[in-house]
Amino acid sequence: MSATSTQVGELARRSLVRTLRQPASIIPSLLFPLVFLALNSGGLGSATRIPDFPTDSYLAFFIAAPFVQAALFATMGAGTDVAKDVQTGFVSRLALTPTRGNALLFGQLAGVLAVSLFSSLTFLVVGLVAGVTFESGLPGMVVIMVLATLIGIALSSIGVMLGMRSGSGEAVQGMFPLFFVFLFLSSLTMPRPLIEQDWFRTIATYNPVSYLLEAIRSLVITGWDGRALALGFGIAIALVAVSVFGASRAVRMRWTRT
Amino acid sequence: MRRFLDVTGAVAWRTIHHFLTQPSILVPSLLFPLFFFTAFSGALSGVEAIPGFDFPSGYAAFQFAFVMLQASAFGGVFAGFSIAADFESGFTRRLMLASPDRRGILAGYAVAALFRAVVVWVMLIVVALLVGMQIDGGALDLVGLYTLAALVNVTGLLFSAGVATRLRTMQAGPAMQMPVFLLLFLAPVYMPLELLEGWIHTAARLNPMTPLLELSRDFISGQPADLWAYAVVLTMFAVLALWALTGLRRAERAGG
Repeated sequence: MSATSTQVGELARRSLVRTLRQPASIIPSLLFPLVFLALNSGGLGSATRIPDFPTDSYLAFFIAAPFVQAALFATMGAGTDVAKDVQTGFVSRLALTPTRGNALLFGQLAGVLAVSLFSSLTFLVVGLVAGVTFESGLPGMVVIMVLATLIGIALSSIGVMLGMRSGSGEAVQGMFPLFFVFLFLSSLTMPRPLIEQDWFRTIATYNPVSYLLEAIRSLVITGWDGRALALGFGIAIALVAVSVFGASRAVRMRWTRT
Repeated sequence: MRRFLDVTGAVAWRTIHHFLTQPSILVPSLLFPLFFFTAFSGALSGVEAIPGFDFPSGYAAFQFAFVMLQASAFGGVFAGFSIAADFESGFTRRLMLASPDRRGILAGYAVAALFRAVVVWVMLIVVALLVGMQIDGGALDLVGLYTLAALVNVTGLLFSAGVATRLRTMQAGPAMQMPVFLLLFLAPVYMPLELLEGWIHTAARLNPMTPLLELSRDFISGQPADLWAYAVVLTMFAVLALWALTGLRRAERAGG
């Protein structure tokens, strides 16, 4: 085993143990999306009566939301953890060892990956128990988990980047409203063709979050929609590439500064 | 009475000053209600096409009423955060020693919460009118709407003050926020009560926020208003005033 993989393994173990030891970092990312799912699918149930609404179950329509919301919470968790590592001097001490900066990044992301997989599985089970029919079947559910994990990695890398650059948990938390805006100004609550306000539909069309939601949604209510999946996976992979690159640069900068 | 007013004025001034000079408190307070208004009214305007949706003033006005009450309630709750923070920093302990009438402390926070709500209301109505929201209610209806919102604001403050004075830590934030959040979102937020189905219809029917929300929508649209919702909010006000005052007594016994 190479030195780098040993470093990544050790830091991944640390990240995972730290995540598991703090239920407060897992519970909100599970609980809030589920509460939000229950309230919205109940409150907007009659929206399926709008002509051309793609399904007769608003729960099936809205089940895509928790996957993206959980990723938002993971972002905050990863960013805050890294900021704490900077604040407590852990990063400085680590930089004095032969450890490579990217080992910290990938190690940190391993913890996020575990939470992301656990959350996705929970949402799928809740959906099934609540009566959602996944049109793409079991393979579709696996694809949803893969996509949700990619979204989790992408957004968490942004969290790591923010935590590394600012070194302040408050600054990372302060970005939450911005992510929240991206989520709400998308096709979260209504299919884009049914959004009547032109300005809102335009924003939702340019907002990449719409396509992430629509890719997951397509697997639930349509089956296998190549276009929606290509757009969703394309955007998720591009986000992973850009955000991991940005996080890697931020880690390197912090290493050099140290 | 003068002593009470002196304490009220001092606490209110300090809290308002803090609100106006801290961008991290001021900016989200202003932006979040505005954001909810644009996001809900923009994304969900298609709800008007649902058979049975017959709100005459349009979906923006329908959502405006909710966002007004939400901003008012949370304006009160967030003032409760200030109370908790002051307990944590030890400021309240000194304040209690210096106050001849400690009820003035609660009243001061209530005045500050109301000020905060008024700032949000002004911004919200300006933006709503700029985007062309239709208001069919007359001047008297608007007075009724803002009176209702003010009562909701102070009621929110009394609830969170009761929690803050009992727990006396910022960790109590979710305990102040979550019940209000659930109460608000278990009301007919996105569509009228008649169009809700299943468990949420039952929850909304039993929710005391529902008559308040329906009354505020009646005011906006100029429809005949069912004023018994005032009895609901005044009852909540009385019960929560007792809750906050007993919390204050507990904090006094605990030495602030």
